[in-house]
Parts: sequence; structure tokens; C-alpha cells
Amino acid sequence: MANSTVVHSIDGPRGPKPRKMLSRRNIILYGTLLVVAVYYLIPLYVMLVTSVKGMPEIRLGNIFSPPVEVTFEPWVKAWAQACTGLNCDGLSRGFWNSVKITIPSVFVSIAIASINGYALANWRFKGANLFFTILIFGAFIPYQIMIYPLVILLRDLGLYTKLPGLILIHTIFGMPILTLLFRNYFTTIPEELFKAARVDGARFWGIYFRVMMPMSLPIFAVAIVLQVTGIWNDFLFGVIYTKPDTYPMTVQLNNIVNSVQGVKEYNVNMAATLLTGLVPLAIYFISGKLFVRGIAAGAVKG
Amino acid sequence: MNSIEIKKLSLNFGEVVVLKDLDLSIKKGEFLVLLGASGCGKSTLLNCIAGLLDVTDGQIFINGQNVTWYEPAQRGIGMVFQSYALYPQMTVKGNLSFGLKNAGLPKEEIENRVKHASEILQIESLLDRKPAALSGGQRQRVAIGRALVRDVEVFLFDEPLSNLDAKLRTELRVEIKRLHQKLNNTMIYVTHDQIEAMTLADRIAVMRDGLIQQFDTPKKIYNNPVNKYVAGFIGSPSMNFLKGTILQDGKPIFKLEGGLDESPDLSNYKFQESIKAETQVWLGIRPETIVTGDEAKNMPVNFSLEVEVFEPMGADTLVWSQIGGQEFRFMVDGNSSVNVGDRVTVGFDPAHASIFDIDNEERL
Repeated sequence: MANSTVVHSIDGPRGPKPRKMLSRRNIILYGTLLVVAVYYLIPLYVMLVTSVKGMPEIRLGNIFSPPVEVTFEPWVKAWAQACTGLNCDGLSRGFWNSVKITIPSVFVSIAIASINGYALANWRFKGANLFFTILIFGAFIPYQIMIYPLVILLRDLGLYTKLPGLILIHTIFGMPILTLLFRNYFTTIPEELFKAARVDGARFWGIYFRVMMPMSLPIFAVAIVLQVTGIWNDFLFGVIYTKPDTYPMTVQLNNIVNSVQGVKEYNVNMAATLLTGLVPLAIYFISGKLFVRGIAAGAVKG
Repeated sequence: MNSIEIKKLSLNFGEVVVLKDLDLSIKKGEFLVLLGASGCGKSTLLNCIAGLLDVTDGQIFINGQNVTWYEPAQRGIGMVFQSYALYPQMTVKGNLSFGLKNAGLPKEEIENRVKHASEILQIESLLDRKPAALSGGQRQRVAIGRALVRDVEVFLFDEPLSNLDAKLRTELRVEIKRLHQKLNNTMIYVTHDQIEAMTLADRIAVMRDGLIQQFDTPKKIYNNPVNKYVAGFIGSPSMNFLKGTILQDGKPIFKLEGGLDESPDLSNYKFQESIKAETQVWLGIRPETIVTGDEAKNMPVNFSLEVEVFEPMGADTLVWSQIGGQEFRFMVDGNSSVNVGDRVTVGFDPAHASIFDIDNEERL
């Protein structure tokens, strides 16, 4: 008996257990994933192929068929010639408006929110809890309630229909969620580090810039992704607080796609939509890894 | 001259009273250990001295200066934390010089001080590394170095060795002691480890519930604990406590609850004041002062016990037993053979005992 067990331990299973590639489990798993992926990718595929087809080809009605003749005419038209109302300079104007709105909004809102979060997490000033409660409460009030009062406020400030006005709006509405994000992240940084910095003679700003900020790059990446996509994709505030000259890209896209006059140029519409979506997509691909890490890190402690 | 003086210090967190009317003075160059179980307020007291917490009432003087309202950096203190609290994005050198840069010192001076401190702590070869690339012991050295470069009068340690493994802890403990002998500045050291306290301290302040129970030299605290709490906290294995009554029969004798054929004679014990007959007491006796075998028979108090459990610890073996239904521990030589069920004669001299009142647990 003792002998046989010894023999077994030499001849028996050893090392990693072999796994079959085409097991039933794998087929079901990868099959499901494939179906889901195709389901999500087909609309994108249709948009892509349509955007490089000419109108005669589109009229044939085979939306899934690959383009016979590839043309980038629709892309050029969408960017530089498509008409919205009286302007016929395409989406380019909206693109630059959106850039002018997004960059300052993202920068200002993140700067303020991170300092808010830092103060709330580390300096526990008098009334900090009340302040925080009010801020979080703000996140739950529907936007629609605030739209008209804000119109009046901006008008009185002389910013209505101007870009700085819209930037202010985006900064305000980004504040609750961003502050929460930063506060939660900063509370995960050990308090002793903050104490050590105080013993080392650093004050409010010194600790923020030299100790806290360099340790918080993942959460800044998260905030940037959230804000860039959120503000770039915003339609409601853009259409309310601006005028045709200062419309962001999303509003202009809507005006191109939904125009009721003339022939529906599907290829131009598709190209315009893809152009508008490029920025958030690019941001996501660039910072995807950091984004996931930051979300996870911020979520450990509430 | 006193290096640190704390006068009537109180601290409340809302309704919770953490420190109450606390007075403490620490001499220049003294190594003081604040010792207590977790939640006794020892770290809170240290944070108050450092200026990291606002006090509710009272004053703190460092070097004769009232620093109660000073910022931590202005108080002339350096602090070492349990979690090291090194700035992860800076190199060791950056960590050491951060405070000096904030103080606006000239570059040369910073270089010199960093060099000097890293020589003392033997971390010169680590200066360009980030904290993540250091071991626990090295990190704690850097943390000590950060206090060292500040060239301050007072060092504050907040359980600096608790995160290290046992071997490293012993090594660094000696290093801290050497450092103190070399620098000779005032050090306040918070710990819950009574061995660290005994080995390092010039004086120990044993704390409980925000109050200092006893403030004295390690020897005095070990030999003459003022109350049962201190007696039980200091010493490992901890003191035996036997419940009983003091009877007066021309001389004080101890009547053990649960019975013992003879009542031990306590004439050798120095009572603080004359004691009333029929006082209920705890008789405390340290396991390491109990002798066994022939030696025990010559002791003023001796009796025989049965071994219940024994724990060999190398040099000694700790024996658990019972007397009159009360737990009793004593040490025997590690090489002697002990078996469960053996009967052993044990004895001690009441001069080495501590007797506490059963109601207020104060030393009698």
C-alpha cells in the first residue's frame, strides 16, 4: 500500500492542470461575448460604412453592405460645408466652440473641486459637514428646476449666451460629484502623511500642491475623463445658454442631422456624428487604464 | 529646567472627554514613555504636544515658551509616526529635506544636515530611492531621519516600531536608545508595549482613560506599582493577584480566599500606612519573584501546588496553576522537567509583593 502511493505521486498529475480550448464552457463564454460585442459594434459599423458611401449607393438601401466606392467627401462636407441655418461652414465652428467651452470648464471645475475635497477631507473646518451635505444635496436636484433661475442669473451677470456663462454653468454642475470624488479619494490617503507635512512646516497650499496632488494623479485622470466626456457630450446647457454663433458641436450636430429642408444626406450625418464622438472616444482610449485604477482607488473608502 | 511642561491640559471630542486636567513636566534630555492600552489617550496627548490637535483647555510649554497656539512646525519638535508617513512621490533625500525647504533654509545647510542625519542613521546609500523601494526598517530609519534633520529640541515618537516584525523591533529599539544617548535631546515615546517602555524610558507615564496613573522610573513602576491596573499592565508574564483578607494578629497576616492551611505572615511587607484589620485586599506577586523547590522552603511564604499547564519559553518555563480556586503563575528553570499533575513547592518573600485595596485598587 505504502509502495503504491509513492508510485502514484511520481506518475500521477503534476504541474498545471491541462485545459481544453474548445470545452463547452469556453464555447458558451466566448460565444456570448462575441454576440454581445457584435450587437454593440454593428451600429458603429453601419455608421462607418455609410459615412464613406456616396448618396446613390445609400439609396440602394443595403445599409450593411461594404462601400463599393470609398469616398471621404461626406467627412469633408460635414466638417467644413454642412449648413445649419444661414451658416454653411460645417461642424468646424461647433468643434472649436466646444473646445473653448470644454477646456476651461474642465480645468476650473477640477481645480475648485479638488481643493474643496482636500479641505473637506483634511482640514475639517467648522461647518464642513453642513457644507458637504448641502453640496451632495445639490447633486440630487433635477437640472430642470435650475435652468430658468440660472438664465436670469446669467442675464444679470451679463453672461447669458456667452461662452464664459456656459463655462460657469458647467463648473457649478460638476461641483457636487467631483467634490465627492476628490473628498473620498483624499480620505484614503493616510492621515499621518498630512500630519507629517504639517510638522514639516507645510501649510494649506504647500500640502495640497507638494504632498496631496502628486499622490492623486489617478483621481485627477478620472475627473478629467468624467468632465471632458460630460461637457463635450452636453446638449441641454449648450442649447439653452448659448446662441447660434457660440453653439457647441453637439447642438450643431443636432441642427445638421435634424434639418427638415432638402435631401437627407445620411453619409454626411453619419460622418458628422462620428466626428463629434471622436473626442470622448480618444480621451477614453488615452486614459482608460488610469480611469479604472482611479475609480477603484476612490471607491475603497467612503 | 523643564523641556516640556503641560499644565491642566483637557481635550474633548464633542461629549467624549479624552484628556482631563493633565499635568506633566519632562526634564531636558529625558526619555519619557507614555504607556497605556489603546484608547487611553496617549497618542492624543502626543498630538496635542505636537500641535496637531487643538486643546480644549490648558497650556503647553516647550523650552519655557508657551506654544499652545503655535503651529506644529514652530514648536521645535520632530515627529515619527507609526506608519512612517513618508511622502511616496519623493526620494529619501526629498523626504528629509522637505521640512527644511519649507523653513527656507539655504541649500548648503540643507545638504549638510541631510548628510549628517543620513550618516547617523546609515541611510546614505538610500538617498536617491523612493520609499516604495525600502524595507520597513529602512523606512522607519528615514522617518527618524526626517525628525533628525530638523535639529530640534524635542522628538516625538508615535508607536514607531509597532509596524515592524519582532526581530527588527528589537534592533531598532536599541538604535533609538543609542540615538538618545548620542543626541541627548528630550524624547517622548508613545507605546502600548511595556517591554519597549521598560527598556527605553528614563521615566514612564502609565495612562488610563486620559489620566496618568503613575509617573515614575521603570524600576519604581515595576517594583512599586501604585495601583492594580499599573501592576497588571507592567511585567510579562503579568502579576498574580490573589484575593484575600488581612488579619491582625500582632503582625499582619494574609488569609487567602478559598483557603490555605497556613495564613502567610506579611511582616516583611512595607505598608504605606498602618492597616486596619479585616481589610479585603488583592495580594499581587510577580511570577518571576516566585521561587520553587528547596529555596522555596526557606521563604516566609510557601505552599505546594499542582501543575495544570506549562509553557516552555526557552530560558524559563511558565507554569500555570491554581491556589484556592485562584489562578497562579510562576516560573521554573527552562531545563527542569515539568509535567502536568506534578506537585511543586513554591514560595516568595512578601517584601516583593504588592498589596492593593479591593475597592479602590490602590496600593496599601
